[in-house]
Amino acid sequence: MSTATEVVGAPAGVPRAPRTGAKKKRRGETRVAIYLVAPTLILLAVVIGYPVVSAIIMSFQKDAGLDPATGLFVAGGFAGISNYAHWILQQCLDTSGNTISCPPGNLGSQFWNATGVTFFFAVVTVALETAFGVWMAIIMNRTFRGRGLVRAAILVPWAIPTAVTAKLWFFIFATSGIANALLQTQILWTSDEWASRFAIIIADTWKTTPFMALLILAGLQIIPEDVYEAAKMDGATTFQQFWRITLPLIRPALMVAVLFRILDALRIYDLPAILTGGGGGTGNATTTLSILVVDQIRQGFNSASALSTITFIIIFIVAFIFVRVLGTNVVRTQQAQQKGAAK
Amino acid sequence: MHVSRVSVIVVGMALMGATLVGCSSGGGSGSGGGDAANNLDGVGPITYVQGKDNSNVVRPIIDKWNAAHPDQVVTFKEQSDQADQQHDDLVQHFQAKDANYDVVDVDVVWTAEFAAKGWLQPLKDSLAVDTSLLLKPTIATATYNNTLYAAPQTSDGGLLYYRKDLVPTPPTTWADMMKDCSIATQNGIGCYAGQYAKYEGLTVNVSEAINTAGGSIVGTDGKTPTLNTPQAKAGLQNLVDAYKNGNIPADAITYQEEQGRTAFEAGQLLFMRNWPYVYNLAKTDGSSTVKDTFGVAPLPGMTGVGASTLGGHNAAISVYSAHKKTAHDFLAFLESSDTQSFFLSQGSLAPVLSSLYDDTSLQAKFPYLSTLKASISSAVPRPVTPFYPAVTKAVQDNAYAAIKGDKTVDQALTDMQAAIQTASTGN
Amino acid sequence: MSAIAATATRTVARDRAVAAVDTRAIAMKRRGRGRGIRTGISAAVIVLWCLAPFYWMIVTAFRDVGYTYDTAFWPTHVTFDNFTTAFSTQLGNHLGKALLNSLFIGVCVTAIALIIGIFAAYALARLDFRFKGILLGVILGASMFPGVALITPLFQLFTNIGWMGSYQALILPSISFVLPLTVYTLTSFFREMPWDLEEAARIDGCTQAQAFRKIILPLAAPAVFTTAILAFISSWNEYLISSQLSSDATQPVTVAIASFAGSQPHQEPYTTVMAAGTIVTIPLVILVLIFQRRIVAGLTAGGVKG
Repeated sequence: MSTATEVVGAPAGVPRAPRTGAKKKRRGETRVAIYLVAPTLILLAVVIGYPVVSAIIMSFQKDAGLDPATGLFVAGGFAGISNYAHWILQQCLDTSGNTISCPPGNLGSQFWNATGVTFFFAVVTVALETAFGVWMAIIMNRTFRGRGLVRAAILVPWAIPTAVTAKLWFFIFATSGIANALLQTQILWTSDEWASRFAIIIADTWKTTPFMALLILAGLQIIPEDVYEAAKMDGATTFQQFWRITLPLIRPALMVAVLFRILDALRIYDLPAILTGGGGGTGNATTTLSILVVDQIRQGFNSASALSTITFIIIFIVAFIFVRVLGTNVVRTQQAQQKGAAK
Repeated sequence: MHVSRVSVIVVGMALMGATLVGCSSGGGSGSGGGDAANNLDGVGPITYVQGKDNSNVVRPIIDKWNAAHPDQVVTFKEQSDQADQQHDDLVQHFQAKDANYDVVDVDVVWTAEFAAKGWLQPLKDSLAVDTSLLLKPTIATATYNNTLYAAPQTSDGGLLYYRKDLVPTPPTTWADMMKDCSIATQNGIGCYAGQYAKYEGLTVNVSEAINTAGGSIVGTDGKTPTLNTPQAKAGLQNLVDAYKNGNIPADAITYQEEQGRTAFEAGQLLFMRNWPYVYNLAKTDGSSTVKDTFGVAPLPGMTGVGASTLGGHNAAISVYSAHKKTAHDFLAFLESSDTQSFFLSQGSLAPVLSSLYDDTSLQAKFPYLSTLKASISSAVPRPVTPFYPAVTKAVQDNAYAAIKGDKTVDQALTDMQAAIQTASTGN
Repeated sequence: MSAIAATATRTVARDRAVAAVDTRAIAMKRRGRGRGIRTGISAAVIVLWCLAPFYWMIVTAFRDVGYTYDTAFWPTHVTFDNFTTAFSTQLGNHLGKALLNSLFIGVCVTAIALIIGIFAAYALARLDFRFKGILLGVILGASMFPGVALITPLFQLFTNIGWMGSYQALILPSISFVLPLTVYTLTSFFREMPWDLEEAARIDGCTQAQAFRKIILPLAAPAVFTTAILAFISSWNEYLISSQLSSDATQPVTVAIASFAGSQPHQEPYTTVMAAGTIVTIPLVILVLIFQRRIVAGLTAGGVKG
């Protein structure tokens, strides 16, 4: 907590008014700003703040249990941290109330597996999307006939709604579908452990790479051509130019793009849900955290609330580490880039 | 984004939300005891809630009712086509004690859950419905804790589709069918497939295998698992062995109903377990290569007819309904011979009334009808348990692993047993 | 979705690069043919990779339902039936209505997010005030929250106030991810505006509000329009929340497609789903093509004056 307050006091990315008379001006502007920002904050409080807080409250309640006498459900009461222990420590209760390790087939047993799968997807898809994105952006940054066509084409996957994308790839990856026909294979894309994971990775890469490419392209376009000309004069190879000039210059834009994508990828739901139903392998090869939450919602909402809270915290920690270790600064990058571009 | 901003997000949003929480009670529905005693003789307009009316059979039926009961008009509330969404929609409206959901159409596997939540009106005393003319297994799906909570409305049972050009007499036992697989091998096609993808259909198929072998998934109390029996083991073992030795083709592990149908219509399967809907499609599809060369038979069992799993829906009255008398009369109307016959002839929905299966004019239209009656008559419901989502998850995960050979049958059943036990403890 | 914000923002930089591109074009001509061919091949691969699945969707959409799994690359068993079926309400599908719903929801969400977001973005870009850092953090964090966690609490809230299945029950949650996107994108655009002009107008006697309305807003119009398109697209594509909170009457098009019913239970009418997918995607593709030109034109105009 102390970190938070301490650093908030010095918002590095926000421009400051000049020192003289700044305090007075600032107080006046703060009053105006409150009115301007209030509608946004109120709306966000209703649509995000409210669900977050009520989910946290519910996560400390037990799910309804059965009254043996009547066969009817009765409210579970206060749960303490047992819902959290259920997921993180994989603790279940047996019929006589003893704590046991959750058996396979109980959702609790899948928490760490789902966490692993989620991170696996996030790392692999974002790595692939970044690599292909850089490549696509470099191609699009060149001048050639039909460049407009390429730019239009790469926006198509991005424009198709994810729900439609998932249906489309499910159809493509059907056992008697076009993917197997093209490859002359009989791969079980929706059930084999690794094939199902790759089916999702391929679909996600198809859908999102264009988007990364556009982000990176914008970063590329602010690199002045004379930098390359100078490098060429110094005898730098194409690879050296890429490694020494392009990459360092687009790094800030790249890091922001990667951060956004990772946070997005950690929430992945539609594709695995529709493509594989979270199945594959021994049954859970593609179960991500979001899928686990939705599965749990039908078995008990309070426990699901605990899981969604954990998911949020995990995503939060990733963002935190990203910012701390890699020094990604969304706000500052934004400004630096614009200032750089303005010159 | 500086560290600070990330760290304050949670704090900030928590503060924003904190003011709003005062108005929300964290959930937890009270007991429905009082509601079940109210409005028993209420008469007036009601709403009937059901999933998407694919074959347009519900509206004509409701129009007919409304013509005869102008003062007790039924409004049709159509839900989505997806079972999960229908389930959630019902849960949410019941939680809100919505009096506008008078009669609801519930999947057979949700009946126990909704009954235990206290949302369904027990159909007894003045609200009792006549079940004497119904196929017996359909009543079991609507009964929880020895009380009837819903009126069976439509049913469904598994059928064995077979290639009569290759196998003139269909096998009646599992062992015979496995023997006939040599015919499939000679013709270079797959032998047998049901639905083995990891979804509800797998629970259907595994229950069939276990019930056919004389075992069961849960005991009569609806929550104690009974998978530690030799019968249960024999049932699952049948599926596992068939998959392992190739009698069930490898890609069947991805099959839902449609993939199996596609393979069968393409002439790639000798036998297939599927629902009656396949019959007409396989007869008429442009790409169907088996239009005139397939037949239907009851599912093979150990010695006689196998134990199919029951599909279908039950109609139930909400405890929050204001017009329960009307709702009750509407249930009786849904179960009447005329309505059931209309559901069958217009929508190919399997009736719950026993007599319709012997109707010769209907049999002429639906040649599979007597086979289906045999199937449903010896069918077994899936576990009637309030913890159905957890139970089916336990079955699917472990059976799937066993069929794929990632787990021994013994281990799979032990895990299934343990997972079903934890289901009833809430965690 | 939040990442879209970044694209738009980043594209702000594009106008600055216009000059650079011109130099580059000249430099390009001097280069060897070898690189041109390699670029051509790479470009072809990219186009093929991006369009092939889309092509397959269209081919399947025109294929007779009885030949759903035909794997010929070219259109075979061509029929328009799937499109007719997609719009037919006989099986309880309401694609036409769903399209209107999506349009209506999208327009409302975009309008609300823009009107509210413009004020916040102005404050964030232009004013110096306390808690600005926290505010940016909250807005960015808002787009970080896992969507699955919003559904059930919102459902309870909407049930309590009788909003379930209504349009406002779909519009409000969409604002949860469209508004942060809008504020973020607009803030970045606004930082780029020629604020000297506003100062000048104030010296000429305009109030700050007048200066904003008469000078800044017209200049910002292209940026606002671009933001509007991004907001509309992300609202149009939303699925998870709508699938839970919509009723049959208010169902948007993504939900309608995902729950498309066949003539039989269990039957998944893939050819019809692909036809519906084509219908839903085509307007977006057209929009995106216009949006591309818009962005470049809008930014260039702003850039020249700035």
